[in-house]
Amino acid sequence: MKPRQQRMLAVGLAALGIAIAAGLTLRAFQDNMMFFVEVSDVVAGNYPSERNFRIGGLVVGGSIERQEGSLDISFEVTDTACTIPVVYSGVLPDLFREGQGVVAHGRMGDDEVFQADKILAKHDEDYMAPEVADSLSKHQQDIADAAVAGAAECRSNDS
Amino acid sequence: MIPEIGQFALILALSLAICQAVLPLVGAHRGDAAMMNVGRSAAAGQFVFVAVAFACLTWSFIANDFSVLYVANHSQLSLPTIYRVSAVWGAHEGSLLLWIFILAAWTVAVARFSSGLPDAFAARVIGVLGFLSVGFLLFALLTSNPFDRLVPAPADGGDLNPLLQDPGLAIHPPLLYIGYVGFSVAFAFAIAAMISGDLDRRWAKWTRPWTTVAWMFLTLGIALGSWWAYYELGWGGWWFWDAVENASFMPWLIGTALIHSLAVTEKRGLFKSWTLLLAITAFSLSLLGTFLVRSGIIVSVHAFATDPTRGFFILTFLAVVVVGALVLYAWRAPALDSDVGFAPLSRETFLLLNNVLLVVATTLVLIGTLSPLIIEMATGGKISIGPPWFNVAFLVPMIPLVILLGMGMHAAWRTQAASPWLNTLKIPAIIAIILGVVIPLFGYGRISIMLVVGCAAAAWIVASALIPIIRSLRREKGTAGITRSALGMSIAHLGMGSFVIGATIVSAFGVESDRALQPGESIEVAGFEFHMKSLGNVQGPNFSAIEAEIEIRDDGEYVATVRPQKRQYLVQRSLMTEAGIHPGMDKDLFVALGDQLGNGAWSVRIQYKPLIRFIWLGALIMALGGLIAISDRRYRSTAKARDKVPLDSTKTAEAPA
Amino acid sequence: MNRFLWPLIAVAVLLGFLVLGLLHGDPRALPSPFIGKPAPQFELPTLKNPEVTIGSKNLAGDYAIVNVWATWCVMCRAEHGFLLDLAASKTIPIYGINWRDSRVEAIRWLDELGDPYIASAYDADGRVGIDWGVYGAPETFLLDPEGTVVYKHLGPLDPVIWQREFVARMGASGGASK
Repeated sequence: MKPRQQRMLAVGLAALGIAIAAGLTLRAFQDNMMFFVEVSDVVAGNYPSERNFRIGGLVVGGSIERQEGSLDISFEVTDTACTIPVVYSGVLPDLFREGQGVVAHGRMGDDEVFQADKILAKHDEDYMAPEVADSLSKHQQDIADAAVAGAAECRSNDS
Repeated sequence: MIPEIGQFALILALSLAICQAVLPLVGAHRGDAAMMNVGRSAAAGQFVFVAVAFACLTWSFIANDFSVLYVANHSQLSLPTIYRVSAVWGAHEGSLLLWIFILAAWTVAVARFSSGLPDAFAARVIGVLGFLSVGFLLFALLTSNPFDRLVPAPADGGDLNPLLQDPGLAIHPPLLYIGYVGFSVAFAFAIAAMISGDLDRRWAKWTRPWTTVAWMFLTLGIALGSWWAYYELGWGGWWFWDAVENASFMPWLIGTALIHSLAVTEKRGLFKSWTLLLAITAFSLSLLGTFLVRSGIIVSVHAFATDPTRGFFILTFLAVVVVGALVLYAWRAPALDSDVGFAPLSRETFLLLNNVLLVVATTLVLIGTLSPLIIEMATGGKISIGPPWFNVAFLVPMIPLVILLGMGMHAAWRTQAASPWLNTLKIPAIIAIILGVVIPLFGYGRISIMLVVGCAAAAWIVASALIPIIRSLRREKGTAGITRSALGMSIAHLGMGSFVIGATIVSAFGVESDRALQPGESIEVAGFEFHMKSLGNVQGPNFSAIEAEIEIRDDGEYVATVRPQKRQYLVQRSLMTEAGIHPGMDKDLFVALGDQLGNGAWSVRIQYKPLIRFIWLGALIMALGGLIAISDRRYRSTAKARDKVPLDSTKTAEAPA
Repeated sequence: MNRFLWPLIAVAVLLGFLVLGLLHGDPRALPSPFIGKPAPQFELPTLKNPEVTIGSKNLAGDYAIVNVWATWCVMCRAEHGFLLDLAASKTIPIYGINWRDSRVEAIRWLDELGDPYIASAYDADGRVGIDWGVYGAPETFLLDPEGTVVYKHLGPLDPVIWQREFVARMGASGGASK
């Protein structure tokens, strides 16, 4: 095979490889990307239905309820404006605590309760996932403004 | 006093590094032997001073000198001595010093073992390495000085992150860095060749052993990291496609492509510009990895907590190094094209395909790692790309690669006749198809397309890799046996086969179960009985823990007792899960404590991991293959004297195969 | 065009993204809407003596730090040693807000580990925390002599952060010691 043909072969293969890669990346943006949705958005109804997504916020103090002796646990997650109830069954990460940041993977059930299949907390010096912190920060501004005007509200879809 | 000595030593090292960077390069340009020789002495001097600095920092840790800020933040009076030493590289500033130390060590090694290289070339290589040292030393002295003082000194330190208080993780950074930094040697060789304009088969022969050694260490470092994550992070996974893991995996993929490309350049004088580009890319990815981990741009479980100023420094350094190298490349590479050809069925073709597939794989990993960041900047949406995407995307180039691997080993250079080649492959193909079905179905009771593909691929690689070894063992008396180079190749590929079977089986048949368990109770997972005999308190040197004693039985027969712990470290008060693992080549049984459920019950995560050890065994075998390959006769001193005479790079003499 | 320029172009594009990524900001930097504004008014019973109250009025007059803590907070334990050292050095008055905690547990915690606080306010339901924009514990606020919030730090304090973020903002007045 002459060098020119070798080069064309190489370029052709590379192009094919990249085309496959591009195809996969497009596919990723539909199936496998995990979206992070803020608690306030979930309550307002803006979340992907029929698929998994992530939520994050603080675990509301006093909201953790566990059946004695069972792996089932329920708690509430808040971004300081709105709150969602979450249920989960399984082992919890070491850093899971009331008042701490948490990220949950799962989907919204029909009963407006978030069914989590994975709870994340990280083993490192950061004590809050950045998405959670950003989300809280956004709502804190609302609250600071609302505190001047009146009460901070959680705007939900119905009522 | 000692920290000041350490700091002063670093400054001296910097000045020597500047000499080492400038003088040999100027000397090579002018043909001035005296200037060129400065390189070797400057490198030795730099190494000595960096070693002194490293020793000073280590001493500060061992002596618990909390007046040094870095020590105060990462050590503690009750920290066992061995971890005081490994704490030296447990965070940003210290690990940077380790990087500098290893770079200096590699440079001295090159200076020591380069007597067979032409003086100008060796001088340029050492000069380039000196330039890299200057960059890192500046980075340390200007933004990340490990010797900063803390006044008043606290009575006790903040403790080393408990996750890092572990022997596996103590060795992981040194091994990894020896690999990462080792690619700087291949990089320097590439730059030196581009500066002089000479790139021939001899150049490839010189570069190959250095690159292979670096690759070996990187293989071991990554494998160790994976094994550590498995037993220490408590959740039984062995690869998470975490940004920092990817940062070490991408150089490895390109490094693998580089070793193979160097083979072609050495044997046939082909793929020269391709090899150059791979050498530049491998080290660039090492630098990129450093940037990703230390700049704070990507938040990850492993990333060092650090600030954007450092990020800008590394990014600037990265830009200068890579852009500089690529400018040289664009200038020199066009002249390197060769006239020699090869047939469609030939080893060259297979190696070309190998390179393309590895580059595609690397590109995919890069895209997956950086996309969340880019998308967030572009649209503000927060997404994460995790194992589901990577696992699928990565398989796309990997499956063809694995199949081609079995075939390419037996193709001759330049042109391969089809019929004898197909004949050789007949038996491995049959074995592969049979085992592809038998292993999942009869070994584990289930079958699927992916399982057949995975098991068949592993069998295919192993059978194919064994052929050269078997042939050598059965050869007629008096005929030449397998060369070390070829033996190394076979063994490395066997390692790959081990990895593939381990990964396939554990992914398909691994079982994970979260259950509630009380002392006295038993539960069943994956056919094994787990009985919690007791639950009690234990004390460690710097932690206290709750420990469960769990007895495992198989059909009533005793298998093992494991003791998972939930530790609370005294200073940081963080909780750590120590899994109880019963290891075995055929399977691991893994138990981790979750939390208290009330009623004296605890949640436990129990995992059954069949063949998981084949994954790390595979990596070890690959590294062994590399070691054997570089011990080949052609790399030893008898050949070196011949290299000193400049070879006309336009000659196209055939080398013995 | 010289096809050997493609790698350079690809790298330039990548570097561009990375620069933008860095400029995009430290993902961990969180602005607080209260910085530069007067600290929210509050009055709460103290932890140890419920009959005594403590509030914003006690904080004015000099630089002060307000540390939000709780016994269930792991990182609070990590920074506690530093707070004790800081209190011992008498550099700056340290006030605590015991947030969403059990009074009994909190008092026991301080007895066991030492009390760096001049006094701790007891915020059982976290309402004052919300007013102050508290996301979690530990958090530490730096107040200037007029009672304005100068800085808020999320996460545990250590000597480095103290020097870099707090001492640096305290200016010539307000006994900053090295």
